Amino acid sequence: MAMQTVTTTVAGLGMREFTGGSGDPLVMLHHSFGNPGWMPVHEALADHYTVHALDLPGYGGTEGSERPEWARHPRDLALLVGQWLRAKDLGPVELVGCGFGGWVAAELATMAPELLKRLILVGAAGLLPEQGSIYDQFLVSHSNYVQAAFSRLEAYDAIFSSNGDSPDELPMSDDTLVIWDMNREMTTRVAWKPYMYNRRLRPLLGGVNVPALVVWGDNDAVVPMECAHAFVEALPDARLEIVPDCGHAVDLEAPESLAAIITGGNS
Amino acid sequence: MFLSYFTEQPMSAYPADEGLKEGFTSVMFSNKYYDPEEGSRLFNERIEEYKLAEQVGFDGIMVNEHHNAPFCMQARITVMSSILAAITERAKIVQLGNPLPTYDSPLMFAEEIAMIDMISKGRLISGIVRGAGQESVCLNANPAYNRERFNEAHDLLVKTMTDDGPFSWEGEHFQYRVVNPWARVLQKPHPRIWVPGVFSAETIRWAAEHRYPYISLNTPLHLTGELWQIYDQAARAVGYEPGPENRGYLLRVHVQEDGDKARENAREFMWMQGEFTGIGHPYWVSPSGYGSSARRLDYAKMANAEVRGSRAASFEKQLAAREIVAGTPDEVIAELRVVLETCRPSILMLWGNDGGVTHDDSLRCIELMGTEVLPALRDMGDELGLHDPFELDSPVSLALTPPDELNPVEPDDGARPEDTSDSTALKMFR
Repeated sequence: MAMQTVTTTVAGLGMREFTGGSGDPLVMLHHSFGNPGWMPVHEALADHYTVHALDLPGYGGTEGSERPEWARHPRDLALLVGQWLRAKDLGPVELVGCGFGGWVAAELATMAPELLKRLILVGAAGLLPEQGSIYDQFLVSHSNYVQAAFSRLEAYDAIFSSNGDSPDELPMSDDTLVIWDMNREMTTRVAWKPYMYNRRLRPLLGGVNVPALVVWGDNDAVVPMECAHAFVEALPDARLEIVPDCGHAVDLEAPESLAAIITGGNS
Repeated sequence: MFLSYFTEQPMSAYPADEGLKEGFTSVMFSNKYYDPEEGSRLFNERIEEYKLAEQVGFDGIMVNEHHNAPFCMQARITVMSSILAAITERAKIVQLGNPLPTYDSPLMFAEEIAMIDMISKGRLISGIVRGAGQESVCLNANPAYNRERFNEAHDLLVKTMTDDGPFSWEGEHFQYRVVNPWARVLQKPHPRIWVPGVFSAETIRWAAEHRYPYISLNTPLHLTGELWQIYDQAARAVGYEPGPENRGYLLRVHVQEDGDKARENAREFMWMQGEFTGIGHPYWVSPSGYGSSARRLDYAKMANAEVRGSRAASFEKQLAAREIVAGTPDEVIAELRVVLETCRPSILMLWGNDGGVTHDDSLRCIELMGTEVLPALRDMGDELGLHDPFELDSPVSLALTPPDELNPVEPDDGARPEDTSDSTALKMFR
């Protein structure tokens, strides 16, 4: 399917997306480690929607003045996504947020539900778990963190291990390493402390007056399943779908399943 | 010459085999291995050694601060400085340095150092550092804003020391409705600020641009020429001619009457296996956003290959390169002459004892330094023209230099040295 890269200027920043498909607009927000490209999940969803895979400001290979130096909280990114939706006159949209992107999506939903047709949270961060904890990327290497988002290493390797098994080389490309590090820096800038939650999010979720779908991999080792239930309880109109044999990054590990769950609710 | 004593205050009584098994000895290395009985003994031995260092003639006692690791027991530099203020009479208290970005309240810090300066009757030298990335992890200070927090805390600190309160402070990282501490530094215009580091070109330039002496922390001797070139160019660009009074050097030096015993004890400088700072993961030492973006790929490669920085060179190599100096007083004096002639610092920190060197041997080392080594160094300093900031009464900062004394010289861009020596191993000390 034809995919194109489009950059839209919002608040002085060039916001980049991969876009393709046809139909109602669906916007996807990526994990803290970034969007690896136009992925199978985008392709599958593009059969039903016009998919906008947006790089959150500061992600996807930007640094210095190309990123919002002033942004200090995921809510700042949510505001920029809202401005981007208005600038493109896209809303109301299906908004899909994965992991950290789910946190940003949830923040935007509390601030501007009128921009959303539906909120879809996939392994979303943003709420403080009461029993477990959110896996802390800042205590481990980039690759160990991204691996932790998959329940099957083969699925991780298929996306990120481009250099084969050479003992002299790291399995991932230099480009991947640089992008991971830039993305981790941006995550550090907005989510270092408190790590991956906002105590003010849960009470505000009660005001999100659009349907919500919460999707979780049953082997999510990054954001515990209790957060899925917490989102469903806090949102007025939400249901939960659990994807079997899948880790945190449902969009990358089980793209067909995620697309089917999303489109199933739409058809 | 300004001659100061230093020890890292190692928590040497920890089970090293557990650290080797774990694979790291910082940040997450469990404090279940910390024995406070031994900690109490070691702290009190260090305090006795500091008293002796003053008695035998050291001009200063250098203290520092690190977190979550056995290589350094001092978790709070101002605590040890306060103790020194009370138990010593003459020696300067040299803080190298206070990791400003990791503190959530620069105002409380300003209060603490004002108290120390008054209690010590004006003997405080308050150095400042960014702190290695792992210090940011341990104290949960955002490493991506380390430089911002350093700059802002510095500006607030200097204003608090020099301006009358009350005033308000509305910064990016720190806000105070009222800055008006009823604790003021005794030294005017303010205690000297020195900036220690191993080799970060950015920090060297920053120090030079503020006219703060840069204290090179055991930087390999052959790199010090390049280091001072960076400093000197930045100094001339803001309008003053730098000299030995802007230069400090910290060096590991151990002395005993028996040279072989001295060299055997000096092996303890290697006790943390890897770097001085023990073994740590690269993503702790230099978290994303902490270092320069020019080195991003190198750091990301190290982090994902789980390469724990470059290991220290062998003991023998470090002795040969004078990164460690050990022997009889005469042997040490001869080696230090080469160091002084090469590096030309007016401020010299002798890092005397580390690892498992016994209390008795530490005391003897300090005594021999005082009776034999320090007098020889003072003579050499006079001979080589290495006059320290106190001898010259040099300005404490660029901001407090009379403008008519400044004559900025445009730097020759082509001659500006590149930031080539900014390795993770060297960064660990920043």
